[in-house]
Amino acid sequence: MAPQLAITLVFFYWPAGQALYQSMLRQDPFGLRTRFVWFANFRKVLADPAYLNSIQVTVVFSLATAIVAMVVALLLAVMAEKAVRGKGLYRTLLIWPYAVAPAIAGMLWLFLFNPSIGSLAYLLRSLGIAWDPLLNGTHAMILLVSAAAWKQISYNFLFFVAGLQAVPKTLIEAAAMDGAGETKRFWTIVFPLLAPTTFFLLVVNTVYALFDTFGIVHAVTGGGPGKATETLVYKVYNDGFVNLILGDSAAQSVILMAIVIALTAIQFRYVERKVHYG
Amino acid sequence: MKFFGFAAGVAATMTLLSTTSAFAVTQISWWHAMTGANAEVVDKISKDFNASQSDYELVPVFKGTYPETLNAGIAAFRAGQAPDILQVFDVGTGVMMAAEGAIKPVAEVLTSAGMTFDKSQYLPGIVGYYSKPDGTMLSFPYNSSSPILYYNKDIFQKAGLDVNSPPKTWNEVWEAAKKIKTSGAASCGYTSTWLTWIHLENFAAWNDVSWATQQNGLAGGDVELKINAPIFVNHFQALADLAKDGTFKYGGRTSEAKQIFLAGECGIFTESSGGLGDIVKSGMNYGIGQLPYDTDAKGAPQNTTPGGASLWVFGNKSDEQYKGVAAFFSYLSKTDVQEYLHQKSGYLPVTLAAYEATKKSGFYEKNPGRETPILQMTGKAPTDNSKGVRLPNLPQVRDIQNEEFEKMLAGQQTAQQALDNAVTRGNAAIKEALEN
Repeated sequence: MAPQLAITLVFFYWPAGQALYQSMLRQDPFGLRTRFVWFANFRKVLADPAYLNSIQVTVVFSLATAIVAMVVALLLAVMAEKAVRGKGLYRTLLIWPYAVAPAIAGMLWLFLFNPSIGSLAYLLRSLGIAWDPLLNGTHAMILLVSAAAWKQISYNFLFFVAGLQAVPKTLIEAAAMDGAGETKRFWTIVFPLLAPTTFFLLVVNTVYALFDTFGIVHAVTGGGPGKATETLVYKVYNDGFVNLILGDSAAQSVILMAIVIALTAIQFRYVERKVHYG
Repeated sequence: MKFFGFAAGVAATMTLLSTTSAFAVTQISWWHAMTGANAEVVDKISKDFNASQSDYELVPVFKGTYPETLNAGIAAFRAGQAPDILQVFDVGTGVMMAAEGAIKPVAEVLTSAGMTFDKSQYLPGIVGYYSKPDGTMLSFPYNSSSPILYYNKDIFQKAGLDVNSPPKTWNEVWEAAKKIKTSGAASCGYTSTWLTWIHLENFAAWNDVSWATQQNGLAGGDVELKINAPIFVNHFQALADLAKDGTFKYGGRTSEAKQIFLAGECGIFTESSGGLGDIVKSGMNYGIGQLPYDTDAKGAPQNTTPGGASLWVFGNKSDEQYKGVAAFFSYLSKTDVQEYLHQKSGYLPVTLAAYEATKKSGFYEKNPGRETPILQMTGKAPTDNSKGVRLPNLPQVRDIQNEEFEKMLAGQQTAQQALDNAVTRGNAAIKEALEN
């Protein structure tokens, strides 16, 4: 048997199978009493208003994070292309945040926006904004999106820079000769040619926001206030490891697994074929 | 975390080394969640215990935060690799009690090892909390704390309040907080950590009102929450009203509010007695008072309930291991060990003898306020409302309460709505947990 296959079996199929089995059980935390309940956990999870709320939170959070991270990265990449001197330094500095662990990024933003001691929170308050992410769900979401997007900007920046370099200079110069202004050139030539990169990044960023941001949520809001920032992944953790309801938690992670499989399928079908890696 | 991983690695290596060198020694594993100064206490106690005899070797292992430690213990049990001793925080007590097949009551561990176990030597409020309804002690109280009131004397002075008399009732707290705010002495009057623990569980016990049926869950599993009674509603409506103009400032679900108090933003603060260390360290001119009570309550002040953590012993271990655990627990009950633990960590002493000895040594005169949590907890014999609270899923129920409080403090609902929701959702969650 090929070693890759063995690794996949041990690290994917086995735990996934266990999750599937666990999702059909009702069990006390210690596993002393177990009942097989077929799909009752799934029915319960899908009928739970808290779960539906968490889906909504996740959609808002993922889209906002992906869009913010991409728009800012594209802007920075276009600027970086224009820089005449210090291009390398500028790029290096922009790529740095990618090396920061999500939980650390979360703590960083948490400190900046801490209502008591945060410097940016102080600034907001002096502008007359009653900044309170501890009680205001929208503020908490803005904080989370900022932290999550900030971390992803570097990654997007890299791809956009590569994408921009792949745009033929001749096309841009020709358009310039015909009298097209800078904005016009960007929207009619550069942006459409970047489309494969943009689409690829959209998928990657959404997957990142969906599954890779647990550390940030855990460090910044813990799902609160109320349930305003409880994403699907965070709910799996909270139900399983804090509330110790293993069946519900397993059912939720099986649903998440289905979402990942669907997203991966989309990526393979539409993205891998079209993207140019510059 | 890396550091702790390293420390655990070192501990594991030491374990291996010591097994090869001494064959007769029985190893006792102890998983705990103590950090900082409290971790040093764990290490010192373990080292001293190991030096005091040669039959057993206690191996403490740090396992993360309280919930992480509990989860590590549960996961290890499921994998058949449970430690001998697991430190479980107060909130996890119900979880452990529901797992009768997994644990061995401490009382049994001690008596089967041939030791006499005299319950009257221990502080009754604490031992009562960790006992079954029939009185069998299930876990060994290691670190217990109780909520008290702290206040900033400089802010009190500025606001024209009496520096030497902290507010005794909640109404006095609200008045003092308003005065602090309106006089401009500080930007906020009052803040608190742990709303669930202080303003529901201890509020109920201290005012001798019911938190839930079945003696707050101690007498049986079929529990219904009672926290939407008028006394709770009035209390929380007062908090919500004060939150509107910032007289009360919310810090977060656990101990985040400590930062606000330490930063000098608020004049009055309710927190665990275990939080004293950081306040002392900050150099603030602080004072300590008892937890305030509600003047509408007839029995107030009654007594507060213990927070903190206790040590649980897992089942299915060898007799030799249980003997080792029993030896450790009786060592831990020694007066000088308890005295050290109490004075160094700020947690309460578990035995009456250690309390008396600390009193005699003049420690409380030098450290005023350190006795307050003990007096609060032991002042009166506990009633059915004040022995503590216990649910198989208390962490989840606290989460629900916190969510409703946050919506209330954000002005999205009244105190009545918040507490009604907390009761409905909490009861549903309890019912479901019992079905498992």
